[in-house]
Amino acid sequence: MNPDQRGFYTLLKKEVMRFWAVLGQTVSAPVITALLYLLVFAQALSGRTIAGYEGLSYTQFLVPGLIMMTVIQNAFANTSSSLIQSKVMGNIVFTLMAPLGPLEWFGAYILAALVRSVLVAVAMLAVTLIFVRLPIEQPLALLAVFLLSAGSLAALGIIAGLWAQKFDQIAAFSNFIVTPLSFLSGVFYSVHALPAFWYTASHLNPFFYMIDGFRYGFFGTADMPIALSLAWITTFFAVVSAIAYWMLHTGYRMRK
Amino acid sequence: MTATMNTSTLDALKIDAVQKSYGSLQALKGVSFSINRGEFFGLLGPNGAGKSTLINTIAGLTRATSGHISVLGHDTVTDFRTARRLLGVVPQELVFDPFFNVVDMLRIQAGYYGCGEEVWPWIDEMIERLELKAKRTASMRSLSGGMKRRVLIAQALVHKPPVVILDEPTAGVDVELRRTLWAFMRDLHSQGTTVVLTTHYLEEAQEMCSRIAILDKGEVKALETTGALLGRHPFRFLRLKLGEGAPLPDTLRGLIASEKDGVVELKLEIAKHPINSVFAALRTAGVVIEDVHTREPDLEDIFIELTRAGSAA
Repeated sequence: MNPDQRGFYTLLKKEVMRFWAVLGQTVSAPVITALLYLLVFAQALSGRTIAGYEGLSYTQFLVPGLIMMTVIQNAFANTSSSLIQSKVMGNIVFTLMAPLGPLEWFGAYILAALVRSVLVAVAMLAVTLIFVRLPIEQPLALLAVFLLSAGSLAALGIIAGLWAQKFDQIAAFSNFIVTPLSFLSGVFYSVHALPAFWYTASHLNPFFYMIDGFRYGFFGTADMPIALSLAWITTFFAVVSAIAYWMLHTGYRMRK
Repeated sequence: MTATMNTSTLDALKIDAVQKSYGSLQALKGVSFSINRGEFFGLLGPNGAGKSTLINTIAGLTRATSGHISVLGHDTVTDFRTARRLLGVVPQELVFDPFFNVVDMLRIQAGYYGCGEEVWPWIDEMIERLELKAKRTASMRSLSGGMKRRVLIAQALVHKPPVVILDEPTAGVDVELRRTLWAFMRDLHSQGTTVVLTTHYLEEAQEMCSRIAILDKGEVKALETTGALLGRHPFRFLRLKLGEGAPLPDTLRGLIASEKDGVVELKLEIAKHPINSVFAALRTAGVVIEDVHTREPDLEDIFIELTRAGSAA
């Protein structure tokens, strides 16, 4: 391992150790929250069928969306909270003074968020097995959508973490952008059931394609063609990654 | 590493016309100087002089508006990886990562610099030398201020950098830590490490540093060996404990540097105020002297002289 690779590996390890040290807060808590959604919605809406998903129970329909919504929120939280904490506490100087380039920063933060996303998704899948069994019809599509979606939100978290100068701003970013967009992305319903305006609006929400594409991975069917979902998610990933990389490269709000 | 060797590799640090502006405020106004390999160098200045801005610019925490800095010939911007591997900086602020314990923090820091298990014995040695052994696995958040300062010092040295910058390392620490730290730094210096020190304890700088730069309002006001700096102003101090008798004559009152509890300190220019003429004037005026001391100017006197001259300008 050359020194640059070791630097990257160390930053990745440190980012994983950071969320691992508070696993109850970073993995268990979101899994429990998602389970509560599952219990409430599955109970309230049990017996309903979803247009376009004949043969599936509402609980089966709900679980992939819940997993992806939780992954989206946690991938964002991992990078954004790590950066804002380091900035506010001042310990970001340890990494800023180190011989780490923007690529190592970007890669380490994104990969650590992916590790947390995998843990959250696997934990949710394992727990929901109690309620429902899910097929995996398109494993490659499932994996591609998962990685690109979690990666996108991790990159968005880098943008928010670098832009924000206090915790309130991160909370605002999360509460007013990430949470509404993830809730209004067809987690709890099929967009075919929406009025025309909201149906059209949903198609401008990149999170909709993440949820829909993830559902396709499980059931082999979805509201939108998988190629379109993948194109949307890939484009979104490329855009947010480019912005996050540029911010890291220029030291935006880190190097004065 | 794809480092391009500079020809001036005698310089541990080369600071070339560095300017830094924050809006209309010019924190550094074209600072230029070099620090030789193996020097114990003091960077002094009053609060707001630009010392921390300069150190942060060397460390890569701040970007210079113009100018260049190199560490052992490696530019801190175009060849930042090599430059940073050659440099260790102890920041002034008491920052720490609350998620880790002491030894993990040090190993992580070493990893950032590309160092693996081969430096673990060195980390253990630093833990021993800086008297952190009892806190080896203690969480960073549980440490006292002094202990956190020790960890910060160890963090800057984990990768065994040949150039070390200590930004006020003894601010707010007890005498024991100051002694421990200086013993440790002397050892490192004797092994060839270049040490750059900023401190408000000027007696530390006078004792430790072979050369000193005084920075004020973003400009270098003095850059000399400590000996030359101390000999730069040809004055000495004459301390008199006055007894019952006539007061100090008006001709000498203009020379008073300080006056407290009947002890008067006169600041005498050696060429202009020979000590014999001062005693003659005292005798003539009928001043009774109970005790006499002379004192050569120390770094603090020089520092005040230079920075006051800057303020008056």
